Amino acid sequence: MSRADRIAGRLGAVLLLAVLVPMGLMLWSLLDQGGGLISPAFLLEDPRQAGRAGGIASLLVSTGGILMVCLVLAVPVGLGCALYLSEQVPAGSRRARWLGGVLDMLAAVPSIVYGLFGYQFFAIRLGLGFSILSGGLALALMVLPLMIRSAEQALRGVPLSYRQASQALSISRWGWVRRILVPQAAPGIAVGIILSMGRALAETAVLLFTAGYVLRQPDSLLDSGRALSVHIYDLAMNVPGGMPRAAATGLVLVAILVILNLAVRRWLRPAQGVWQ
Amino acid sequence: MTPPMLALQGVSVHYGEQAAIEQASLTVGAGELMALVGPSGCGKSSLLASINRMTDSIVGCRVSGTVALGGEVIDHSQDATALRRRIGMVFQQPNPFPLSIIDNLRFPLAEHGVARSERDVRAEQALRAVGLWEEVRGRLPQSALGLSGGQQQRLCMARALVLEPQVLLLDEPCSALDPVSSKVVEELIVSLKGRYTLLMVTHNLAQARRIADSVTVCWVQHGCGCVVESNACRQVFEHPSHPITAAYCAGEAG
Amino acid sequence: MITTSSRFHADAALTWLLRLAGGAAVLVLGGIVAVLVIQSVPFLVEHGWALWGNDWQPGLGRYGMAAMVAGSVLVSMLALGIAGPVAVLLAAWLRYFAPTIRRPILILVELMAGIPSVVYGLWGMLVLVPWINQWAPPGASWLAASLVLALMILPLALLVTDTALGQLPGRYLQAGQALSLSRVGMLRRVLLPQAWPSIVSGLVLQFGRALGETMAVLMVAGNVVQWPASLFDPVRTLTANIALEMAYATGDHRIALFASGLLLLLVTAVLLILSWRVRGGEYEPG
Repeated sequence: MSRADRIAGRLGAVLLLAVLVPMGLMLWSLLDQGGGLISPAFLLEDPRQAGRAGGIASLLVSTGGILMVCLVLAVPVGLGCALYLSEQVPAGSRRARWLGGVLDMLAAVPSIVYGLFGYQFFAIRLGLGFSILSGGLALALMVLPLMIRSAEQALRGVPLSYRQASQALSISRWGWVRRILVPQAAPGIAVGIILSMGRALAETAVLLFTAGYVLRQPDSLLDSGRALSVHIYDLAMNVPGGMPRAAATGLVLVAILVILNLAVRRWLRPAQGVWQ
Repeated sequence: MTPPMLALQGVSVHYGEQAAIEQASLTVGAGELMALVGPSGCGKSSLLASINRMTDSIVGCRVSGTVALGGEVIDHSQDATALRRRIGMVFQQPNPFPLSIIDNLRFPLAEHGVARSERDVRAEQALRAVGLWEEVRGRLPQSALGLSGGQQQRLCMARALVLEPQVLLLDEPCSALDPVSSKVVEELIVSLKGRYTLLMVTHNLAQARRIADSVTVCWVQHGCGCVVESNACRQVFEHPSHPITAAYCAGEAG
Repeated sequence: MITTSSRFHADAALTWLLRLAGGAAVLVLGGIVAVLVIQSVPFLVEHGWALWGNDWQPGLGRYGMAAMVAGSVLVSMLALGIAGPVAVLLAAWLRYFAPTIRRPILILVELMAGIPSVVYGLWGMLVLVPWINQWAPPGASWLAASLVLALMILPLALLVTDTALGQLPGRYLQAGQALSLSRVGMLRRVLLPQAWPSIVSGLVLQFGRALGETMAVLMVAGNVVQWPASLFDPVRTLTANIALEMAYATGDHRIALFASGLLLLLVTAVLLILSWRVRGGEYEPG
């Protein structure tokens, strides 16, 4: 092995440490600040004193509500659009490229811009105000490109031979989609749904002026609700003494995301990761 | 005189600028088996695909010339559904649907409007016709993907036959199978002669000589495929009228 | 005699439903652009060039965004300057020098990519800012924001580079090995140059992501509207500004924020088109 290679080998190890050490510090600092607070009580109690005391029960409910609204819109529309791309748009055609460009653009739009749009359109124009509904709908728009791209990948991964057999037998499009295409692509579509969930849970900026800030348990979808991510932000920035609980909430959120990621890896993609 | 079951006249298949095969003409009489032979790349599979309009879904593919089924010219502007009921196709790689064995047959029948009560009857008939009935009757609800290669291919043939076509197109149906399965499928194909009209692409000249009634020889000239000779089987092998045919068929062992 | 089943009629309905879904994506993009434009155009017409001033004092009717644009650009550029080289070098190292640990490390990196920006910001507030504060108060600064952002864009930059390297034909490395060339030399002369367009395209996209990042930056950048004189000065980015002031902005002030959102959208679009050009292609599914 040449000298250059030896040096490079060591340099790489140094770089790796340079990345892993801050990450480790991050985890450690969160555990240090908030680790002691994690308990079943923390998950089941509502927050008190603007979040300085108590738990995060109402936040879990609100977050769940926002996530549900988001998925109810994003999954059908996303799947429909992916089906449109795989069934009615020949790959490589102009329409495919244009639609692909639009999707790339939507994926690149900053989340705060989705927040502005959600505020102006859902909260004000549609009169939904600061509500779980507004937040969930705005979030749905944001995860739509991700959902579409994952579902499209899954659909295009179904072997061509099935499609050929189906065509030779003149199977209707509806029959093909319903009995062969979607069932075969289901694992990949499920991965897309979980990836979208992960993205939605991690998002804050979109929810700041759509879902609102209210700490108590929400009454309905039209009631305002605070998501976990927004809670972390508020406690850290606006509430003196809120740091410990901000860290604890951060740990809960990261734990949920890690579980989702591992679920995808374990059950839906056993042979390979996203990156192989 | 009854018109031939299948008649191609001057059929050319182009993918974009590139021609796969040009000016191909052949006729197959009712109940006959014609073998389509030739080296790789002479457009045999493309020609086959153009007959039941599988080429419609390939972007940039153009087909010209006329194809007549039972004397009627096929109209390309019409929906292909009715055509594909009369012309079935079996592929080189067995491709049963990822459904149960019985559903592989029920599904196309349901799609084409056959009454529920009739579907199982027709499925059994088709399975008997391909000699699979005794082998699978005890495990009809099991996945078709659990069958062996040869069984899967016979299931695919049953699936094609269940719609009661007049013509069956076969694209190298035995080439992906082991020798034993290959023999079984070949015998099945022979048994279908008479009831169905068959057009089979094959690389196996010995097979063509064994079972075909007529043979069409294709070749590559000037970078695209063409038909060199099309005649009764004995004529092609024993008295070839074209030098290329003689050279190509001399490569086959008896 | 087989008759046509009703499924073929259902096909027509399905076709239209799918067309609608396909149009949804276009509708969303159009809607976003429309809303932003409608909100900000009259304002832009009225205030025009004043937006490029340095004076951001909404209370006095002054909407100069230049300092905040500078804040966004400087923070993002430094972040990319740190994360870009590290990502590329680390990806190359993992693939060619440490292949045994590559898979587990990539899994870790994927997990990193999913961590919420608020959590990165939280770490910044808990650890990074106090640490910088020891040497150069106030701690919350351009440097802090860039370091946090660098950590955020590193995972995806690394994964994109790894994918790009993975798409190279294996025969290049084989030839190099047969000639006993050093891996460093191969990387420098053959592998990295070949993969360069895809890598740069990915980095451009990450730069766009850095520009659009709100929460982490908001929490550690200090949020003073000024051109920074040094790395340790607090700055405010365009995104953080919107997040901070939208809650109480009214009238013209609010519209100014929409205008800054439109600016962000335009810059994002330009960067995206640039990344396509660099890669030499357009949308590729999967």
